[in-house]
Amino acid sequence: MSEKYIQPSRDIAARMLAGEMVVMSVKDSRVFSLNPTASAIWSAADGSTPLREIVARKVVTEFEVDPDTAYRDALELVEELAKEGILLLADHPIGTEAA
Amino acid sequence: MMGASRKVACVEIGGIPMALSTCDEDFLGLLRQRYDGFLSSSRPEFELEFDLTATGVSDDDVRVRRNNDDNAWVMERGDFHARWDPCTGRGSVRQNANPYSLDSVLRILHSLILAERGGFLLHAASAIRDGRAYLFSGVSGAGKTTMTRLAPAGITLLTDEISYLRPSTGGYAAFGTPFAGELARAGENCTAPVAALFFLEKGPHNRVDELSSADAVRWLMRNILFFADDAGLVEHLFRRVCEFVSIVPVYELTFRPDEEVWNLIE
Repeated sequence: MSEKYIQPSRDIAARMLAGEMVVMSVKDSRVFSLNPTASAIWSAADGSTPLREIVARKVVTEFEVDPDTAYRDALELVEELAKEGILLLADHPIGTEAA
Repeated sequence: MMGASRKVACVEIGGIPMALSTCDEDFLGLLRQRYDGFLSSSRPEFELEFDLTATGVSDDDVRVRRNNDDNAWVMERGDFHARWDPCTGRGSVRQNANPYSLDSVLRILHSLILAERGGFLLHAASAIRDGRAYLFSGVSGAGKTTMTRLAPAGITLLTDEISYLRPSTGGYAAFGTPFAGELARAGENCTAPVAALFFLEKGPHNRVDELSSADAVRWLMRNILFFADDAGLVEHLFRRVCEFVSIVPVYELTFRPDEEVWNLIE
């Protein structure tokens, strides 16, 4: 199974508010709010850490959930955010020039 | 040959004095009448020169863009063409001699100036009660004007349509504006610290619910007047909005049109 890598899109602005990451697309001003689990994944999305490792370190430990279920949910989440254009998702590490 | 001399009216909205000049006596009269209550003897921070054209009023979308050559803002709609240089603080406007175009140009210009100063214009009625300002926001038909009509005695109306917000010591201040909605009456030219923001929703009962920070940001971004197609400024605005909701309590106010709704405003 290939690794997945994630990084916030360049066309967003994000800020943590009251424990939720609030993300805005600067292209069309749509605003997204992420729950604590999604916020933890978002905050660790550096383009070079595999998603599976992010989930293990930031979700499984912090939220005490089953690793496989957590990874499946995380994959679903990042695919959704990528579809919305606010997150980059790739099968290889994402360089800053690609963001 | 010398051109006709320009006459100037200094209009101060939101504590920002702006010299509006024209060669046309009738247009000067319109300016003074339109912004009566906001005329000022302060030294202007900005200057706008108006030249009149014969174009009609337009419902087209406004286009606001930065000129690549000199970084000046260009604002265009069917009924006006304006250019403003933020470095010199000077600009020029070609428009029809009607108050709607005039209001539009000033709103856009103030939205750009406020963006640089950390404030914004919000689709909201606002009023002062006991020395503190309350904002009632929503799209057309949400009840902004209705809330001001239902206001009890002792309330000072700042606007029934466009609220003017600037950072101030420890929070935000709301200023009165001459930009009127259905009430067709300019607000009072005064200011007060913002106590709370309510997003309006009509319903069978009067009720207040606290909004999450994320929802508050979402509602605010939808209701802020911002015209420039400029990703950098939008991002800057987002950060300011986040700051606003972390300081000012934001609620959803479900209301039916009766005076008792004001009992919930505190």
